[in-house]
Amino acid sequence: MKRFARNCAALLVALFAVFPVYWMVATSLKPSSEIFASTPRPVPAEPTLEHYRELLAGNLIPGVTFADFLLNSLLVTGATVVLSGLVALLAATAVARFRFPLRTSFLIMLLVVQMVPLEALVIPLFLMIQRLGLYNTLPSLILTYLAFSLPFAIWMLRGFVAAVPKELEEAAAIDGASRAQTFRRILFPLVAPGLVATSIFSFITAWNELIFALTFINDQSRYTLPVAMTFFFGRDDTAWGAVMAASTLFTLPVLLFFLLVQRRMVAGLVAGAVKG
Amino acid sequence: MLDNVRQLRGDREWPWVGFDNYAQVLGDPFFRTVLRNTVLFATANVVLAMILGTLVGLLLNRLGKRMAAFVASCVLLAWATPALTGTIVWKWIFDDTSGLVTWLFNVLPDGLSQAVFRRSDWTGYGWFNSPLLFFSILTLVVVWQSFPFVAVSVLAGLKSVPGELHEAARVDGAGPWKVFWKITFPLLRPVFGILVVLSTIWDFKVFTQQFVLAGGTQDRPTFMLAIYSYAEAFSPPPKYGIGAAIAVLLTLILLLVTGLYVRMVLNQEEYA
Repeated sequence: MKRFARNCAALLVALFAVFPVYWMVATSLKPSSEIFASTPRPVPAEPTLEHYRELLAGNLIPGVTFADFLLNSLLVTGATVVLSGLVALLAATAVARFRFPLRTSFLIMLLVVQMVPLEALVIPLFLMIQRLGLYNTLPSLILTYLAFSLPFAIWMLRGFVAAVPKELEEAAAIDGASRAQTFRRILFPLVAPGLVATSIFSFITAWNELIFALTFINDQSRYTLPVAMTFFFGRDDTAWGAVMAASTLFTLPVLLFFLLVQRRMVAGLVAGAVKG
Repeated sequence: MLDNVRQLRGDREWPWVGFDNYAQVLGDPFFRTVLRNTVLFATANVVLAMILGTLVGLLLNRLGKRMAAFVASCVLLAWATPALTGTIVWKWIFDDTSGLVTWLFNVLPDGLSQAVFRRSDWTGYGWFNSPLLFFSILTLVVVWQSFPFVAVSVLAGLKSVPGELHEAARVDGAGPWKVFWKITFPLLRPVFGILVVLSTIWDFKVFTQQFVLAGGTQDRPTFMLAIYSYAEAFSPPPKYGIGAAIAVLLTLILLLVTGLYVRMVLNQEEYA
């Protein structure tokens, strides 16, 4: 009996957590007549892809299509992920393998800068971007997101690099491998899973970011998806079907990637909190 | 960050204004409203997310293996959903014509609805019009997205605590309330500490959810620090100095909380 009550409570919790996500997908699949019916249906009676078709074919904002925004978002996010992976891997290797002056200060700095609330940096960065002549360009966002994702990426990758036994690299060196070869053949394959995890973090950060994209970009054709969406559904007669279709398309990649990293995320954030 | 003590005047160099911007912000009675909104909102959200998250964490710990895994992944789904789309969906659920909540209230027997709320037709009801209702819905959105992290962290903590302690307490006749406060809570105190600090930091700087739910920066009575700073700086006429001063004040508050967090983490490293 007690067990039954617990399971019921658990299902209620699961329902509360999942329902909005379900409702988003369900609404995106309903024909408009069902969306605006006086009695909502829990499940689409006649599922349709019309909102997706409408979204991909039509103009979100006059003259600009959903595909344009998607492309902007993919460009910004892709560049951020690739660059941050590249820089972070080299930096992490340097920090984990070499001794150099101010190494400890650098490590502490990586932690400290992560504490600064990004929301408070919009104004100074906006003025800086203007002076650099990058206002209203996608590179302004790439540069910003790169700066935000690097400290965490370096910190996390450092752990992966440090976990690779030095002896492996030494053995390779004795066998006549050059430094570059050792890096490519020994270190890289062993650190690759860590690189995937950090890349996913960079992806989620850049993909979801709203406030900087809102501030740095003026031209509607250069909006990233999050900015486009805040404008899109702000209109008077909100086309909820299309809005939910856009939301679903925006959410899906995040949920997919998130499933891959959730374990590490939780473990990392409460690390050391409990004495074993 | 020196921008906060300068002001933009056309194309000329920005004159140094010392602490003028801070004096102006702190002297403005509206700033006090914003600060009150922020503190009340953050407190309510941290408390609610902690309570709900802890209850769910405790529940997950008592479920069968399969059920626990299923519910945990459902709960994490809410956490993973981007703040942007999560908020948009809640906005649709509270839509004043075809939203689910509007429909639910319309379904209520007219007599009951009339007696409790003094209205029976909810179509066209502005769910976001009164500040209190707005903040309640914003709280619902933010708690919905933040309780999963608390739940999963508490679960992880519980898993690392030997179960014998709880059993022994129960054998000795302690009820669930007592077991929690005498055994679970003291053992998991570090986890709770970190969770409270992290949630406080997150809830103090809420921006996306508020921006989307309010549909921009027009709804001044519901302003909190992050959106206030943004609106001052970027809605015409731009006042970068004022905006930056507010941002610095927000940062100072968060630094204080962060300092607490770092100290807690360091303490645990020492003892671990």
